Amino acid sequence: MAPENSTQIHNIGYRSYDGPRLGRSYARTSLFSQSLRGAYGLGRSAKSKVLPMILFAVMCVPALIIVAVAIAVPGSTDLPIKYTTYALTTQVVIGLYLASQAPQSVSRDLRFKTVPLYFSRPIERIDYVLAKYAAMVSALFILTATPLLIMWIGSLLAKFDFGHQTKGFGQALVSVLLLSLLFAGLGLVMAALTPRRGFGVAAVIAMLLIPYGAVSTVQAVAYGTGNTGVIEWLGLFSPITLIDGVQTAFLGATSAFPGGEGPSAGTGFVYLLVILGLIVGSYAALMARYRKAGL
Amino acid sequence: MYNPTVARLTYRALLGRRRAAILFALPALLLVISLTVRFFTGVDDKVAAELLGGFALATMVPLIGVIAGTGAIGPEIDDGSIVYLLSKPVKRPTIIMTKLTVAIAVTMAFSAIPTLIAGFILNGNGQQIAVAYTVAALVASIAYSALFLLLGTVSRHAVVFGLVYALIWESLFGSLVSGAKTLSVQQWALALAEKVAGQGYVDSSVGLPTAVILLLAVTVGATAYAGQKLRRLTLAGEE
Repeated sequence: MAPENSTQIHNIGYRSYDGPRLGRSYARTSLFSQSLRGAYGLGRSAKSKVLPMILFAVMCVPALIIVAVAIAVPGSTDLPIKYTTYALTTQVVIGLYLASQAPQSVSRDLRFKTVPLYFSRPIERIDYVLAKYAAMVSALFILTATPLLIMWIGSLLAKFDFGHQTKGFGQALVSVLLLSLLFAGLGLVMAALTPRRGFGVAAVIAMLLIPYGAVSTVQAVAYGTGNTGVIEWLGLFSPITLIDGVQTAFLGATSAFPGGEGPSAGTGFVYLLVILGLIVGSYAALMARYRKAGL
Repeated sequence: MYNPTVARLTYRALLGRRRAAILFALPALLLVISLTVRFFTGVDDKVAAELLGGFALATMVPLIGVIAGTGAIGPEIDDGSIVYLLSKPVKRPTIIMTKLTVAIAVTMAFSAIPTLIAGFILNGNGQQIAVAYTVAALVASIAYSALFLLLGTVSRHAVVFGLVYALIWESLFGSLVSGAKTLSVQQWALALAEKVAGQGYVDSSVGLPTAVILLLAVTVGATAYAGQKLRRLTLAGEE
C-alpha cells in the first residue's frame, strides 16, 4: 500500500470486500440446491413448473388409488401390487421426467456459455459434476420414493402386517435409489453432449426406451419360441430391465420379464456389476465432458 | 408451395451430426435384431409380424417421426433463428409445406426402408408381411410428421409432448382403453396394413374407411393449422 493519500486524486469510496468468504463447499451446496429446486421448477417461471409437477402428480395418483382400493376392500391383508413393481410400471413417467429435466439442468449452462462463469467461482470441475449429479439423483429419488411412501403409510393405516410392509418398502427404496443413480447418470451424460435442449430430450428418451423396446420385443420372441434361457441375459441391455433384474435377484421382486423368467442370484450379480459400472462410467464421462475449458 | 432453399436448410439441420446419429441408430438396431432373431428362430411369420409390429411400427416410427417432425422446425424457433427465415419473402404456409415435405421424406427414408429390409430378413416377405408393415410405416410417417411439425410450432416442449402422445397415449392408454385406439396414428396405419397382409397377421382396431378419413383429416388439419400458427408466431425467451 502506498503512503496515505500520497498519489490519490480523489476518493470515491470504493472498498474491498472484507466479510467472510463462504468458500468452495458453500458454492457446491448452493449449486446442488439450486439444481434440485430447478428440477421441480421451483425458483423458475410458472411455465416451467407445469411439466415436472404434472409428472410428479402422475407418479403419485396411482399410489393413492392403490391405497384407497386396499383400504376399501374388506378383508385385504396386503397391497394389490408390490412396492418393487411400482417403478417398473411407471417407467415411462420416470423416463419423461428425466428427459425433460436433465437437459434443463445441464444443456442451458452449455448453451448460454455460463459454465465458464461457474468455474470462475471457487468450485472445481468435480464440484460441478458432483452437484449436478447429486441433484438429479435426489430429484429422481423424490419422484420415485414419494409414491412408495404413500403406499407404505397407507398400508400402515390399513393395519397390514408392519414387518412385512416395512421390509417390502425398504427393498423398494434400495431399488429406486439404484434406479435414480443409474438413470440420472445416463440422462446427464446424454444431456451434456448437446447444448440444444430439444436434442437432449430426444437423446435421453431414446437412450431409455429404444433399448427397452428392443429388449422386450426380443425377450417376447425368445419366450414364444421356447428359448427361455436367453431371456435373463437379454435383460442386461436396457436400463430398466437391469433394475428389474437386480431387484428380482436380491430384493424379492417379481420380474416383469416374459413368463417371470427373472435372473437367478448368480446372473443377478452380473446385473449389479453392470449397473455399478454404468454409474461409475457415466460419472467418468461427465468429468471428461467438462474437462475442456471452451466446452 | 415448395422452396428448395428452405428444403436444403432443413435437410442440413435434420441430418447434421448428432441428430443423424439417432436417426441411423434406430434402423441399425432394427436390422441387428432382425438378423439375430432370424438366426436363432429361423423363418417364422408370426415372429416377423410381432417384431415389425412391436418394435418397428410401435417404437421406431413414432420416435423417428418425433425427431424429424419437431426437429424440422423446433430448434429454429427455440434459438430464435426462425426470424431470419420468416423475414424473407416466402409465404409462411410454403415454409410449413416445405418443412413437412422434408420431414416426411426423412421419416419415410429412415423408417419404411429399414422396415422393408427387416421384413425381408425375417421371413422373405412371406404372407406379404414386410410389404404390409412398410405401407403402414409410410402412411404413419406422413401423419406423424404433420402432427409433430404442428407441435413444434405450438410448444417449446414439442419433443416431450410428442413423446407423451407416441408412448403414453398410443401404447399405454391404447392397451388399457380400447377407445383410445381409435385416435391413434399407429392403428390407422395398421388398418391399411391389414388389407395388404395375409389373414390374421396384422390386426387393427379401426375400420379402413374411418382410418383413411382420420389420417387425411389429421394430416391436412395439422399442416393448415401449423401454417396459420407460423403467421403470427411469438418468440418466447428462455425460461
